[in-house]
Amino acid sequence: MRHKVYPDAKSALEGIVSDGMTIMAGGFGLCGIAENLIAAIRDLGPKHLTVVSNNCGVDDFGLGILLANGQIKKMISSYVGENKLFEQLYLAGDLELEFNPQGTLAERIRAGGAGIAGFYTKTGYGTIIAEGKPTREFNGQHYVLETGLVADLSIIKAWKADKEGNLIYRKTARNFNPMMATAGKITVVEVEELVEVGELDPENIHTPGIYVDRIVVEVGAEKRIEKVTTRKREEVK
Amino acid sequence: MAWTREQMAARAAQQIRDGFYVNLGIGIPTLVANALPPGMTVSFQSENGMLGIGPFPYEGEEDPDLINAGKQTVTEVPDTSYFSSADSFAMIRGGHMDLSILGSMQVSEEGDIANWMVPGKMVKGMGGAMDLVAGAKEVIVLMEHVEKSGAPKLVTRCTLPLTGTHVTDFVITDLAVFEFTKRGGTLVLKELAPGVTLDEVKAKTEAKFEVGLA
Repeated sequence: MRHKVYPDAKSALEGIVSDGMTIMAGGFGLCGIAENLIAAIRDLGPKHLTVVSNNCGVDDFGLGILLANGQIKKMISSYVGENKLFEQLYLAGDLELEFNPQGTLAERIRAGGAGIAGFYTKTGYGTIIAEGKPTREFNGQHYVLETGLVADLSIIKAWKADKEGNLIYRKTARNFNPMMATAGKITVVEVEELVEVGELDPENIHTPGIYVDRIVVEVGAEKRIEKVTTRKREEVK
Repeated sequence: MAWTREQMAARAAQQIRDGFYVNLGIGIPTLVANALPPGMTVSFQSENGMLGIGPFPYEGEEDPDLINAGKQTVTEVPDTSYFSSADSFAMIRGGHMDLSILGSMQVSEEGDIANWMVPGKMVKGMGGAMDLVAGAKEVIVLMEHVEKSGAPKLVTRCTLPLTGTHVTDFVITDLAVFEFTKRGGTLVLKELAPGVTLDEVKAKTEAKFEVGLA
């Protein structure tokens, strides 16, 4: 019998977080982030973290709270433009940053989880991203060698899970979560709804439970929207 | 009169063909979706993991799980599909996107793009731009002709860190439309905004270009 379900985020992370570890954190902007798990990492207080995540939240929310708390040593991201504190720390030399093109980041994580050591991509050829990396020509086109990426811990967010850890994501909250689930030595998922084994349709599982070690049910999530954009009803003809 | 942002977007929309799958970047390119001629079937892709983007939601119907690559709330359309960011970039890198329309800080006369970083000043990151310019079948840059300081953005050689080399097919600015004869080929001026003179474009463009006005 596997016991993957933990009572809360803190108990799910206690004993598995430590200084200097590499953590993958799912989400795109503030969409599909594991709010409870991020807060628990802040409370447990590990430092000198390398965090792999497409973005770094905003100043006071998402991964931004770990940044503000001085816990992050290095970020591997593709876009950090929504976070003023990030820019200040980086330009002052207090934060290491490795920019990866978004598709390269996604594929590095996918490759890492799939046991693929490296792959060639056209992305970034001729730019500073390719500096120091082997390049190779295939059929007259230039490609850059990128390496697979793994982490000590992945914290991800899903919509529904069963107690075996089979996961279903919702809409664009899927983003980096499925790949990160596969690339963490330990993967902890925060879910909105937990059901019994057998209640999810096996044809529609996005992440099979083999990738998931621990499950917590999300409590009191804010699910903040970064940029609310709407249209008015009366404008519609 | 130079084109407004909306008019630039409308001009870019004329490059879209019926049936196209299109990725729109942040800023002026986002406006292209509202400028499509009626009756065309076009799907917009969002690189976080969505194909088939609908309009902004009605007030009160925003869904925090449903955003575009600019992190704006959007809606579904009947043929929408969702997928992971890895699948999304397989779509982009694999050459399945017909068109990418994106903004830029500089474009060189060889079609190099620089749009993600100003060393020592601005740290934002490239997001999906490097993958898009490397993988889309056609790349249109939609940008102001000059910087706020008046400095040209169509330059001999990009001075900012590059996003991609020899990747631009069209450049549409508030003053003019340019086309490259091929990837890395010659830049040709194809069209002037109403009331804009060739002399004005020449004065505000550092990049070497040929004149091929209709």
